[in-house]
Amino acid sequence: MKTFLKLFFSIFILASFSTAKADTIKWLHLFGDDDNSMPGMLKAVKEFEEKTGHTVVMQYLENESFKAKLPTMLQSNDRPDIFYSWSGGVMYDQAKAGFLRDISGVVPDSYLQTVSAAAADAFTYGDQRVGLPKQVAQVAWWYNKDLINQAGVDVSKIKMWDDLLSAVQQVKDAGITPICMGGKDKWPVHFIWTHLHIRNGGKALFIDSLNNGGWGRPEYILSGEQMLELVALEPFQKGWLAATWPDQAGFFGDGKCAMAFMGNWMYGAQAANSASGEGLGDDNMGMFNMPMTKGGLGDSGDTLGGINGWLFSSSAPDSAVELIMHYVSKEIQTEDASNGAYIPIVKGADAALENPFLQQVAKNIANSQYHQIFYDQFLGADIGRVVNDVSTDLAAGIISAEEATQAVQEAWEFNQ
Amino acid sequence: MRSPKSEALLSRYSTIIIFLIPALTIFTLFVVLPIGEAAYYSFYRWNGYGDPEKYVGFKNYAYLFKNRVFILSLKNNFYIIAISLFIQLPFALLIALMISDKIKGATFFRTIFFLPYILAEIVTGLIWAYIYDGNYGLVAAVWGFFGAEAPFIIADKDWALVAVLIVIFWKFFGIHMMIYIAGLQAISKEVLEAAKVDGAGSFITAIRIKIPMLIPTIKLSVFLSLLGSLQLFDIIMPLTGGGPSNVTHSMVTYLYYFGVMRMKIGFGSAVGVIIFLICLFIAIGYQRTLMREDNENRF
Repeated sequence: MKTFLKLFFSIFILASFSTAKADTIKWLHLFGDDDNSMPGMLKAVKEFEEKTGHTVVMQYLENESFKAKLPTMLQSNDRPDIFYSWSGGVMYDQAKAGFLRDISGVVPDSYLQTVSAAAADAFTYGDQRVGLPKQVAQVAWWYNKDLINQAGVDVSKIKMWDDLLSAVQQVKDAGITPICMGGKDKWPVHFIWTHLHIRNGGKALFIDSLNNGGWGRPEYILSGEQMLELVALEPFQKGWLAATWPDQAGFFGDGKCAMAFMGNWMYGAQAANSASGEGLGDDNMGMFNMPMTKGGLGDSGDTLGGINGWLFSSSAPDSAVELIMHYVSKEIQTEDASNGAYIPIVKGADAALENPFLQQVAKNIANSQYHQIFYDQFLGADIGRVVNDVSTDLAAGIISAEEATQAVQEAWEFNQ
Repeated sequence: MRSPKSEALLSRYSTIIIFLIPALTIFTLFVVLPIGEAAYYSFYRWNGYGDPEKYVGFKNYAYLFKNRVFILSLKNNFYIIAISLFIQLPFALLIALMISDKIKGATFFRTIFFLPYILAEIVTGLIWAYIYDGNYGLVAAVWGFFGAEAPFIIADKDWALVAVLIVIFWKFFGIHMMIYIAGLQAISKEVLEAAKVDGAGSFITAIRIKIPMLIPTIKLSVFLSLLGSLQLFDIIMPLTGGGPSNVTHSMVTYLYYFGVMRMKIGFGSAVGVIIFLICLFIAIGYQRTLMREDNENRF
């Protein structure tokens, strides 16, 4: 009987122990099944579950729904443990309100040394580490080589904004739509205006505006005027204001326009959204950086893009952090890089990039002294969306350069 | 010792209270409290995270009435009301008068005209976004047939609102037509036959008999149309998303885009309060004036 009791209690204690240790981790992401990031995520989950006995529940929300539902979800008992983030202003708001967990004590220095310091820093709030990075991205001009050659444009000579305007005019004169644009989603439009801000104002001006306001500075008004010069050439496809980002990618992939200003995810998206499903093909595609502006205070090597990653909600268990450390590892990031899924942030993983475009982007970001996170993410949901609005209104030619900057300044003041 | 009269009164009120409690509880939980909360939040600058702390008084309201897009959204709602009242409802009445009688093909036409209403609003928006598409949609096909270059109607800020109004008209006239048909069928056959015996033709019967007798139904239809117009959201979202350049927002889509999506919950609550007040004003005003007689007759 004693032996039986001993055995019973041993099993009971073991069962209780293992139940207490087995977490169910909710991981909320926004990657569809056909996204290149999914194989790596699924692999990480499988390995992690087998290794630790924890259960990972993958939850998916589409981009816009994700942004709309997240505030409510974070305040409910059904909050995810891990969720996607573009870092920047929205993340600061979440951290400030106490919805993020400080994971400083869970992430060892040895792990942090394996990832890009700049990327890891993007996921800190004050002295708290609230998330871990996954990937970086850069916005650049993509072009269709056939169409550009047909128009007689020499892309290597586009160094200044005026060169770009001339190229657009040349393409238009050749009877080709110069630029594909997804105006309905607005954020694709804001890349042009805000990249001009980066060229005209540089890092110092941005930081000063962020802290002290002054979004109506002459440098920013100049960006609007330059954008209006582009708009005057009527560079976008017909109906661009009703076109979404996938439409934009599809039009570019179908060869319906010569250029598109978009992040490096355009590479996969133009194929996925094209009618053939194959897109332009590497031989027929090229990429160049936003040209410099005359008298601009920024550097021609400064880049606009993203540092995206994963945040941990206030109640996330340690195992959630361990899962992401397992996922954002050299092994998985190397595999994802070789598949051209994204530009990794684990040191050395970028060596596996075989895609020439992603290689170029990785090089650009590495050489950049100032990598500005997308304005619409960095400035928070409110000011960010105002930037998207006014960029689109500028591109539609319904507001002036001054009105655009004034709207951003007003939004900034409203939020002080 | 209570008198029989007071006993009866007590019993009557007890019954009313017992029956009212569940409804009142639900109404309080899901209507009164959220409205009260929204009114409270509207005095704060709050992004939805944590508790609202930054009290700003009426600043959200002041900002709202200075905002160009909100004013435009307000105007759009009135355009929608105007189109509904002056074009949609008369058209629905006309069709109802034509097909309310048991004539050949009436059921077929009733079904056809009512079909758009059965569709979910979000589906309606998606279908019409495709129809209006200048590249692949029906508009593109029709224009292409005539060898012309198709317009991009919902990308054109001068025409996008018209495009939205057409969809609203198409979607909702069927329900009003059905309401009118139900009203017309309730008109006493004796009255109509008497008119016929007196030599009244279809037109005179419609003008002198049917429409006057349909007035209570028309009032109800107008009331539903008014409130529906103020609440319009689901069709606009997939169709235009309030664009291009924010020219097709209704007040509710404005609330969603400028409140919820921008995480300005305090500001969004102020928009919600304004919408509520407008609806309340119209509902009470309408009930107290145009529908007063009907209500009195009913009780």
